[in-house]
Amino acid sequence: MRQLVVVGNGMAGVACVEQILKHSPQFDITIFGDETHANYNRILLSSVLAGEKSSDDITLNPLEWYQRNDIRLRLGVRVTDINSRERTVTGSDGSITPYDTLLLATGSTAWLPPIQGLDKKGVYQFRTLDDTRALLSRSGPGVKAVVIGGGLLGLEAARGLQVQGCDVTVLHLMSTLMERQLDADGGNYLAGKMEDLGIKVLLNRTTTAILGGDAVEGVALSDDTCIEADVVVVAAGIRPNVELAYAAGLYVNRGIVVNDHMETSNPDIFAVGECVEHRGVCYGLVAPLVEQAKVLAATMTGNKGPVYTGTVTASKLKIMGVDVFSAGDWSGQDAEPVRFEDRALGVYKKLTVRGGRLAGVILVGDTGDSHRYMEWLRNGQDLTLQRRHLLFPPPAEDGGLDIAQMSDSATVCGCVGVTKGAIIEAIHERGVCTMSQLKDETRASTGCGSCRGLCESLLKAVAPEFTDDARNVMCACVPFSQDEIREIIRSQKLRSVQDVLDIYGNGQGCEVCKPALSYLVDVVWCGGHDEDRSARFINDRVHANIQKDGTFSVIPRIRGGVTSPDELRRIADVADKYRVPMVKITGSQRIDLLGVKKEDLPAVWADLGMPSGQAYTKGVRMVKTCVGTEFCRFGTQDSTNAGIEMERIFENLFTPHKVKMATVGCPRNCAEATVKDIGLVGIEGGWQVFVGGAAGKSVRKADLLITVETTDAAMDASILFFQYYREHARYLERTYDFVERIGMERVRKETVYAPDSEQEALRERFRRSKERSYDAWQEGRTPVNVTQFIPLTPIERVTA
Amino acid sequence: MSASIWVRVDATQIPVREGRAVMVGDREIAIFNVGDRFLAVDGRCPHKGGPLCDGIVSGDTVVCPLHAWKIGLTSGQVERPTAVAACVRTYETRVEDGLVMLRIEAAESAA
Repeated sequence: MRQLVVVGNGMAGVACVEQILKHSPQFDITIFGDETHANYNRILLSSVLAGEKSSDDITLNPLEWYQRNDIRLRLGVRVTDINSRERTVTGSDGSITPYDTLLLATGSTAWLPPIQGLDKKGVYQFRTLDDTRALLSRSGPGVKAVVIGGGLLGLEAARGLQVQGCDVTVLHLMSTLMERQLDADGGNYLAGKMEDLGIKVLLNRTTTAILGGDAVEGVALSDDTCIEADVVVVAAGIRPNVELAYAAGLYVNRGIVVNDHMETSNPDIFAVGECVEHRGVCYGLVAPLVEQAKVLAATMTGNKGPVYTGTVTASKLKIMGVDVFSAGDWSGQDAEPVRFEDRALGVYKKLTVRGGRLAGVILVGDTGDSHRYMEWLRNGQDLTLQRRHLLFPPPAEDGGLDIAQMSDSATVCGCVGVTKGAIIEAIHERGVCTMSQLKDETRASTGCGSCRGLCESLLKAVAPEFTDDARNVMCACVPFSQDEIREIIRSQKLRSVQDVLDIYGNGQGCEVCKPALSYLVDVVWCGGHDEDRSARFINDRVHANIQKDGTFSVIPRIRGGVTSPDELRRIADVADKYRVPMVKITGSQRIDLLGVKKEDLPAVWADLGMPSGQAYTKGVRMVKTCVGTEFCRFGTQDSTNAGIEMERIFENLFTPHKVKMATVGCPRNCAEATVKDIGLVGIEGGWQVFVGGAAGKSVRKADLLITVETTDAAMDASILFFQYYREHARYLERTYDFVERIGMERVRKETVYAPDSEQEALRERFRRSKERSYDAWQEGRTPVNVTQFIPLTPIERVTA
Repeated sequence: MSASIWVRVDATQIPVREGRAVMVGDREIAIFNVGDRFLAVDGRCPHKGGPLCDGIVSGDTVVCPLHAWKIGLTSGQVERPTAVAACVRTYETRVEDGLVMLRIEAAESAA
């Protein structure tokens, strides 16, 4: 076996090793990485900074992968020298490692502009996981952050810091943002969107110095103004790491120069990724490095033949609610521009057409068509006949299944370079039928993740099992998916369970579909449905939880877990009077009276004088709280009163499955808000709103929905998510399954980052449901029928 | 055939597709209003004694609220799980003057 040494454990180096492993084994592989992490997805660092992903989520190749493939991994060791005559590399730990073949995947580092004081504490770059973690530990509400550089990376860093609560200013040298990807108009639209998010954008600003003593206190600009700053992020561009290659005697220009076979000027040394220069171009994106890796693997393994001819690159800004896409040459030299803009909507689209073919594209505010344009750019197809439909495609005839119109050679995942054909092959040949299998088999959607929707439509269209799963026929009694049933209820104006069963089902229903339909008619009509108690589970007929012996458990609402001596006395009296066999403190900061007879329920409720805690139903359970600023010396928010208010806002509503909530006054998280369906975590100056957590049958850490400054804003975000869950989840689907099925990106986009009109519609439907809701225990005084709680008694016996 | 008695019950108070318990002596019987007629069976599920009157009605079957055993209301047979051969006693019913008459074997109604 020949010794292959790889310098660089980033996406390019490891992608190339993955490709090499597909060929027949011929190398004993050692990988040097100067970071201390296994290979991770660098382009998702902005999602980590924004709290949307954890650092574990972005791992691409876990340590087991290296072990499985017998790869020696030298983490934390930087290669400091190459002796190309002896064919050895020297590590920062003093080790000397011989190689037969050397692969340089050294990537790039931040370009540091000539600014004084860049060595002060609080000045960061944004290139690595360690940079990101350091930034996370420094950021928070009230922290003033300055980002130098208004390119992709700078803007994503700015948004991440702002989500963490920082007060963020972006300083940009040029007159418009992202000028390498956008024209001036596109840049202006983008600046408007950044300002709308609450990020200050200052253009035409040259930073001259970082101010402060040991630690940064501000930045000085060339116009003699200063801006206060606790944190400065330098994201002014990147430059290829070529020092090693230069010392090894390779031909180096701006990057390590490679030919179409990805060969350098030394036959034993190869290079890939951001550190190379191919046909005069240095790339800083993922798609090219994957294409390069494939060609290079062929060359290195003795299968020289495939050539790399360059990549049509596309840039996409990964900021939720700020959709920006740019590809090709949009400069307009000898080209005809095709434009659309709508300032109110914040949408700007520009195509450049040269010789009847698409040359470049800019999309701001609506990037839904980006795949279509990328395809036209890649295949250079003549668009003369489609000239009228460049910006507004004709409506698809098959119900908008855009994926069907793509050719098999069309790229679905631009980051990793996976075509539609490759995905279809994986589905047919290797039985792929879930998104995670698809990721494992093809690596599709493991880059920026923006093609997830396309991949899913493809799976739905091609994989038989996935189709079944997605249709998810609710029950043989009503053979439709829940989405279809919602639509049937809405469009056919069906207000009762029996109507749905009579018209669209078998007329009978069963214990599975009846409760589900009961929920669906309730949510579609915002509580204005015709209630049919016979379709409800016994718990929802008598508003208590049936126990193994047919008795019931009674849990009154104790909002936020805060009670009073008077309430406790009444509970004790009830327990005595009705000989309640067990009185138990629940895990939800409430009190459970177990073993109550059905016929005693109305009297028990009346004596308690407390509302129903809905502990028996698929509805709003409780809001668990800590004592917050009321008493706790660490509290930063009044979590107790926020929890009580939250419980009042949501109580008495029904949901696809139970909804548990919590509010905590600080990140110590004493009431475990990050494992609740909705959890508010108080931080200095605001709240983090978490959703989709669980600590029951499943254990799942909640996802951050948004960070807001006020309690009202936190409640509003919770309402948007709550109503969205009510309207889109399947019955019996908990939030933790729901957010994974839908994807947090889409959840955010359709709730807290939805257009105002959509948000208002969600709030309005929530308000209507809330107005019609009521405390179910009132039925103790006014039962829905005379035998709701009491058994029948025989009138007399008649001897036959 | 042993003598039997009829017990009169005001079952009009049972909403359609719901059941209610009625105590005849110390025997609990579940009566169901299945829309076009009334059906009556022993009140407790043969599995773990769940209250059948609290189950969801599906056609002429009821599903026990505890563990979802399904009982045929005309046959008394356990229909799910299918491997179980157990059954519950059924009671003949007839409606007279707006009241439901339940037929009980005399020997069993000694209490």
